[in-house]
This record gives sequence, C-alpha cells and structure tokens, in this order.
Amino acid sequence: MSDPIVIVGAGPAGLRAAEQLVRAGQRPVLIDEATRVGGQIYRQPPAALQRSRQALYGFEAGKAGALHDTFAALLPQIDYRPDSLVWQIEANTLHLASVASTGASAVASGGAALTSASAQRFSALILATGATDRVLPFPGWTLPGVFTLGGAQVALKAQACLIGPRVVFAGSGPLLYLVAWQYLQISANQGAQVLAVLDAAPPGAAWRALPQLLARPEVLARGAYYLARLRAAGVPVQHGVRLQRAQGDGRLESLTWQAGRRTVTTACDALAFGHGLRPETQLADLAGCAFDFDPSDQAWLPRRDGAGRSSVAGVYLAGDGAGILGADAAELTGALAALTALDDLRLQPASASASASASASASASTLTRRLTQQLQRHRRFRAGLDQLSPPPDDWAASVPDELIVCRCEEISAGELRACVRDTGTRDINRLKALTRIGMGRCQGRMCAAAASRLLADAAGSTLAQVGRLRGQAPVKPLPIRLLAEALRGTAALPVPADEADD
Amino acid sequence: MSGLLQRLAPAAGTTPRATLLFVLDGRPCTGLQGDTVLTAVLTQATQLRQSEPSGAARAGFCLMGACQDCWMLTEDGQRLRACSTLLAGGMRLLTGALS
Repeated sequence: MSDPIVIVGAGPAGLRAAEQLVRAGQRPVLIDEATRVGGQIYRQPPAALQRSRQALYGFEAGKAGALHDTFAALLPQIDYRPDSLVWQIEANTLHLASVASTGASAVASGGAALTSASAQRFSALILATGATDRVLPFPGWTLPGVFTLGGAQVALKAQACLIGPRVVFAGSGPLLYLVAWQYLQISANQGAQVLAVLDAAPPGAAWRALPQLLARPEVLARGAYYLARLRAAGVPVQHGVRLQRAQGDGRLESLTWQAGRRTVTTACDALAFGHGLRPETQLADLAGCAFDFDPSDQAWLPRRDGAGRSSVAGVYLAGDGAGILGADAAELTGALAALTALDDLRLQPASASASASASASASASTLTRRLTQQLQRHRRFRAGLDQLSPPPDDWAASVPDELIVCRCEEISAGELRACVRDTGTRDINRLKALTRIGMGRCQGRMCAAAASRLLADAAGSTLAQVGRLRGQAPVKPLPIRLLAEALRGTAALPVPADEADD
Repeated sequence: MSGLLQRLAPAAGTTPRATLLFVLDGRPCTGLQGDTVLTAVLTQATQLRQSEPSGAARAGFCLMGACQDCWMLTEDGQRLRACSTLLAGGMRLLTGALS
C-alpha cells in the first residue's frame, strides 16, 4: 500500500483539507499537537469543562460548530492522531513525539510530558500549522500577569478563567478588540474589569483602511460593534500608544504607557498584548521549502503558488501558517491545498465509474476556481488590516538597551546592539550564533520578530536583508531519551551517555 | 496569597466539576477536573517557575504551547509543559519559589 496523505494541524485549514481528501476516497492521517481539534480559533475546552458554543465562540459559534461537526463526521474515515508533535521532517518521513497531555498518563510515566517516538511516511504532506501572536516586547513583559492576546483568549475559552480581575489590553490588530470585548462581556458579573484598550496604531488609521476593509463588510461591522460596545461601557480606548514599562514585585502591578506627550501609569493585575499574528513556519523550513520575504506579514514565508504548492514536490501549505489571512480564508486554502494534492497525485474518487469520475474531476476544478476567487476578497481585506494596524515602525529605534528581547535566555536589546556594533554582523543567524538570540526553548517563536527588527535597525539594513532564523529540529523541547528512542534502528549515532542531559 | 488567574463562576445548570488533590511546593492544594496544570497552579499562586538565567518569576505567556515559558518541575525531577498538560490527582509540582 502506498503512503498516506498526511495533514499537520487540525484547525480550520487542516480540517477542510481532510474533508476534501475523504470526499475523494482517501484516508488521510491528521496529526495535531492539541488534544481536541479546532486550532486556536475554534479551540475546545477539555471534556470535563463543557460550555455552550455560544458562550465559547460568540459570533463565530456557527462556524465553530460546523467545523467541529465536520470533524465528527470525518473521524471514522481518517487516521486521527491528537497529542502528537511533529519535531522533524526528513525526506518523506515525519518524526513524531506523542504528548501525554493528560496529567494521569504523565503521572503514570513518571511525570514525563512526552512519552514515545514514532515515524510517519507520507505521499503528500499538507502543512496547516497556524499562527501565534506577533510580539514586540517592552520592559517588564516577562512579569507574571503579562500574557499574549491569544493567551488571554485561551484562558477564557479553554479554561473558563480571566487572566486577572483588572485587565488592560494593548498592541494592535483585530485580536485586540475581539479579546477586549470578550472579556468585557463576561467580566461585568464576575467582579472583573476591562481597564483600557491601548492601540499602537495611530489615530485616523481606520479611515485610511476603510476602502479595503469593505471587501468583507460583515467582518468590518463586527469590529465596529466591538469598539462601540467597549466605548459604551466606558472603557477608555486610546490610539497611538507606546507601552513603556510593566512594573510589580513578582507580578504585574502597574503599566506605564505613553500617548503623544502624555505619560500615564495604570494600576492593573493583568495585561494582554500582541501586534497581529506570525505564521508558524518551522515545519515548512524543515521540509526544505524555499522562503520569500513577505512585505505584508513583514516576515519570511514559505513560497507557495496560488493552488497551495510549496517549492518542494509533494509538500502543500494552507492556513495562517503559510501567511496570515484569517480563519475563514484558512478553510478555503485548506480545501484548495487538498484538491491540488489530489490532482498532482492523479487520485480519483475510489468507487467512481468512468463517467462519475469525470464529473467528480470537473466539479473539483469548479471548486478550485471558486475557492481561488473567494480568496481575493480575503487578500484585499488583509491589505486593509495592514493599514488599520501597522506594526509600529519605530519600535526598534525606541526600545531601551535594558529591554529583555529573548525571554528564554534573557538577552537584552543592548547586547544585540553591542554585538552588531562590535562584529558588524548583518545576518540574523550570525547574531543567533554570537548572542544565543533565538536559540532558547522557544526557538525564536517569541523573539524573532523583535530581534530581526533590532538587527535591521542597528545594522542600517532592512528586515528582508537580515534574513530569517532557520528552523532546527526538534522544533520544540523533547526529553533526550525520546531522541534516543527515535534514533534506534537508524544509522545515526546514538547520543553518548555523558551528553544525555545536554 | 491570591493567584493570577480568576475563575469564572460556573454557568447555571452545569454539573460541578470533580475536585483533584495535588501538591504545590509541599502544600496540599486542590484543582478541578479539566484544569491544565497552569490553571490549577496560577489560580492559587503567582508563578510557575523561575527563569534559569536570572531566577525571575515566570508564569507562562502564550498558553498555547509556543513560548515554552511554562515548563514546571515535579518533585521527582521531571518536566511538564503546564499550559498543555491536564492536571491529575496526586501530582507533586514545584514553582521554584522556595529555593
């Protein structure tokens, strides 16, 4: 039997890809690091904590429900592997670590979070790896009580918790207003308070963005609704804000920020911040995909054609992991990548007669055309969002030397600037080798956007010129015994016993 | 000492969740079925760990398995990623606050 088509990521893109593959008679392998499907946007709480779809997803309850129901119907026809981390890709093989997400199995295995290694071959690979918050840090951002906007949403959706009783929301992008509104809605009868929304975007940005945002009027209307509700509830919404410092003894107690010439200190218990999203591209990197600099995402993205093909034969890209277009577009690019893979592999619906097969293939190409057309609207809207909430372009020049840029290794902006000054380096991977920036546990997920900007600013070059942090296996921390297990039976040298804890 | 996170009052008409006993820095604590380790700890404490370079308190950041800033130690020296590991009864966790 030939190798299966494998999808990595069970969010909107991965699930819609699986749906198309099943329709064509395939039995795809669906690998997801989470315990339950939905990705971040349609994340489901643990089974013990059931809440209504309306309470969890608000206006998106219909879409979330449709996606979860689609998965339930697909489940008998796919090979679903939850709790599984892909940590390396070599040729046509994925290396997996199964994650014991239930504490019970972790206790049973002596507390180890990752319990076993395996490999999965593929005939085609669809990467739908999603996105996380893009973070441009400020002094004090490592204090307990400071979280990402996405993190604040996870606490609420998946754990029925607020990140604190008195919360400030800051940064830029659609998530800022969405999460602030979600907290506002729930907090009134919980004795909690949304203290302020601090938007980094300059005043008036909304008017300039309006023409392109009208590409998706329903989404624009919802954004306007969130803003109106926040204002009606008396939440101060301030534009042109620069975060100066988070302060507190062992936990966040106050936040100092600046708007124009005004400097304000707000006493608070929690802060959620972020500056839009960043695609999770490390697996595409390990798969050998070529990357191009994308001016819209201000990041290096895996190259893909309009149909979802990467530069590597048999590897396809979908969803926000390939470039930020949002959850609705992710459903479209997921389906599109699957149809493209089927077409490339010359796979037809299994049970079809010659005439039925011809009509299925015709309807697939109609669907492909329709998906491609629908995506245009999302691209135009995205261009509007860039105008609405541009990441602050003076961030790198304005942050102080003592700012911790890398929270894993605690490397400061001053150390990065000194390294550029002393060595003349202009390359982000060289900077990594010299300072350890991006070398810590998160592999640059949290610091790459900031470090690249600081390097470009210090070296007098552009973000495109400083290059991108290369992905390295394992993409997330693994116990060394698991690597040894994965290497067993391969030609690679085992890890020497005296290096086992390195 | 109050924790960082604040639980929502349970929605009307839902069955109460089972209580789980665990140990945090040697003290007996309770969490709820369906809690992640992060939730169980941060509803009653203000840190999960200390950063290796400076010893500063940390309490996670992204809550979705990306930032790796919530790896906690257990009493027997194992590590757990607190945001993506569900609490189990009998866990013995350390925040590093005592050392």
